[in-house]
Amino acid sequence: MNYSFDFVPIWRNFDTLLYGLGIGLSLAALSILIGVVIGGVVAFGLVSKNKPTAWIAGLYVSFIRNIPILLVIFFMFFALPQLGIRFSKITSFVAALSIYAGANLAEVFRGGLQAIPKGMTEAGMAVGLRPMQIRLSIIIPLMLRSTLPSMGNAFISLFKDTSLAAAIAVPELTYYARKINVESFRIIETWIVTSLLYVAATFTIASLLRLFEARLAIKR
Amino acid sequence: MDLSAFFVELANVWPRLLQGSIATVTVSFQAIAYGSVFGSLLGLMIFYGRMPARICGWIYLDFIRGTPVLVLMLASFYIVPLAGLGLSATGAGILALSAFCSAHVAEVFRGGLAAVPPGQAEAAKSVGLTFPKILFYVLLPQVLRQALPAWINAAVEIVKASSLLAVISVPELLLTTQQIVSRNFMNAEFYLVCGLIYFAINLTLSKFGKLVEKRLAF
Repeated sequence: MNYSFDFVPIWRNFDTLLYGLGIGLSLAALSILIGVVIGGVVAFGLVSKNKPTAWIAGLYVSFIRNIPILLVIFFMFFALPQLGIRFSKITSFVAALSIYAGANLAEVFRGGLQAIPKGMTEAGMAVGLRPMQIRLSIIIPLMLRSTLPSMGNAFISLFKDTSLAAAIAVPELTYYARKINVESFRIIETWIVTSLLYVAATFTIASLLRLFEARLAIKR
Repeated sequence: MDLSAFFVELANVWPRLLQGSIATVTVSFQAIAYGSVFGSLLGLMIFYGRMPARICGWIYLDFIRGTPVLVLMLASFYIVPLAGLGLSATGAGILALSAFCSAHVAEVFRGGLAAVPPGQAEAAKSVGLTFPKILFYVLLPQVLRQALPAWINAAVEIVKASSLLAVISVPELLLTTQQIVSRNFMNAEFYLVCGLIYFAINLTLSKFGKLVEKRLAF
């Protein structure tokens, strides 16, 4: 194999790659915010005593978790306009990612909800809080704290999934990498730099999350 | 939505959908098989290896797990022909999926090994078993039982990730569906059908896993 490395075309476009990385991070951040709301609502549906509610929530979670995210993206981008719902590329991508994150987070939150001792709810009732107040000021904060590590993992995997935006031509890191690849033919260099950028970003996010978790943990 | 038109079209294209599903299943199966073998070896290396081997293993794991599967797939699609390995697009896709799978399996396997109480290996050593025998007769049966649920999850992930082969133009289920809808414009209907097929494949896989788990339980 006779291949001489030449990183110059990559460095010349490095700012584009960084810009793409920023787009990916913002897409993931936006989606996890919406996904946490969806996941929280669906998690209460999953543990609900009302049979149809629990059934619909369960169907949503198990269906979305068992199909590829690329399919959800294609459905949002190609199929919804046909049914008369039109979004821009970025809106439909964020919607797809949020729906996907919502299903995964619902499962995480369900675990968190079931781990909360019954005494907490009963204590809330004893001091005269209404069910909605108990949820908002007792259950949800406890649930969010105990599921924070899993939420961090969900965010990281969501950030990696933003690479799929390249498939519907949303300009983010993978899209630009592919463009540089076909323009410069520096194939190996492009993909080494791209993967290293992703690895560095996920590593940084993971370290930051660990710091944040340590700050939020209850001191004993 | 015109239901009768949809069923006529479905009757027309179901052989292609079946072909796509078979391609998805075959590709995922190969990736899971290669990835599991390589991943178990990697897990062993990380758990028992010397420091340099262990560091190499961790770097590989972090690199593969920190990179999106799509980037692995595109990298292998563009780099493999350059390296002169003579793999087809399918081969490049399977290579990327196997790498992804191996990282997951290595982590699962390492966790399984760590979960076996050290007394087990010590007891085996004290009755005079050699290391390979300890591994095969004492540790592996316990590790496999312990790691099965996580391994099935990894397999479901691989089936889902195999949809990315559509991006490098391998006609598996998703690309087949795309080709179908680009001809008949029934986007919503056929993407839904495609989703149901993936759902069925993965549900079968998890149900099968539960069954094996029940058989293997004490």
